[in-house]
Amino acid sequence: MAVTSSGTATVTLPTDEQILITREFDAPKHLVYKAWTTPELVKRWWNAKRGEVRIAEIDLRVGGTWRYVMVADGGVEVGFHGEYREIVPNDRIVSTEVYEGMPEGAPGEGTLNTATFTEVEGRTTLTVLVQAPSKEIRDAIIDSGMEAGMQDAMDLLEQVAISLG
Amino acid sequence: MARAATTADAFNAVAEPRRRQILDVLAGGERPVNDLVRELGLPQPQVSKHLRVLREVRVVDVRDEGRQRLYRLNGHALKPIHDWVKSYERTWSERFDQLDVVLEELKQKEEGDGSDE
Repeated sequence: MAVTSSGTATVTLPTDEQILITREFDAPKHLVYKAWTTPELVKRWWNAKRGEVRIAEIDLRVGGTWRYVMVADGGVEVGFHGEYREIVPNDRIVSTEVYEGMPEGAPGEGTLNTATFTEVEGRTTLTVLVQAPSKEIRDAIIDSGMEAGMQDAMDLLEQVAISLG
Repeated sequence: MARAATTADAFNAVAEPRRRQILDVLAGGERPVNDLVRELGLPQPQVSKHLRVLREVRVVDVRDEGRQRLYRLNGHALKPIHDWVKSYERTWSERFDQLDVVLEELKQKEEGDGSDE
């Protein structure tokens, strides 16, 4: 399915351990990269309209770390952190990501994320490839996306209720 | 060996890469088993086994036409998987909607800076 203009993100599952997120933006890639890597800008978009990003720390160099903490509407705090593994300014960022709320947050249970910025005629396609260590962790990430949005969970519940009826 | 799990629901049925491949082929339209054998390059008994799993969870339907059995995709049975991924997709869509606003500002600022100089 072609993405013809900015709009919804497209999520696909290329393998059992991967998630691929794709979105086109009506802006050149150096600006998308800037919005992706500048703490005060990250604070404005990363909350996904579900709360307030209290902490956005970015030490943008190989071996440097990042940490985002959001307080969701309702008071629940969710934190993520990781380390930068590869940085090609305006083109590519490879970093690890660990969800701090995992009940058994064993080290090494994080994902390896590759963000790629590709520009064509002033428009940028951003792809984020999330590589999980196992299918279980990949699936848990998608489940956590559902938890983040209460409304989404309600919608799903409604659909299940209808299908049972 | 207990193997019941593979036919428990659509999620398990599509966990096997070859079965996803079958669904990809069937997404292009109804096919007899011979077509699937050719496209997947697998022996027919193996393809039939995968088709049986897919049929048990109703992801694939079959009908007889003359001497052929034709298999087709039943997209409705994949809806739970679609819904599951959709919820995650929505989180990112909302993030990116906000990123659009930030980018619009950055663009205007850059254009403004350019004309000042």
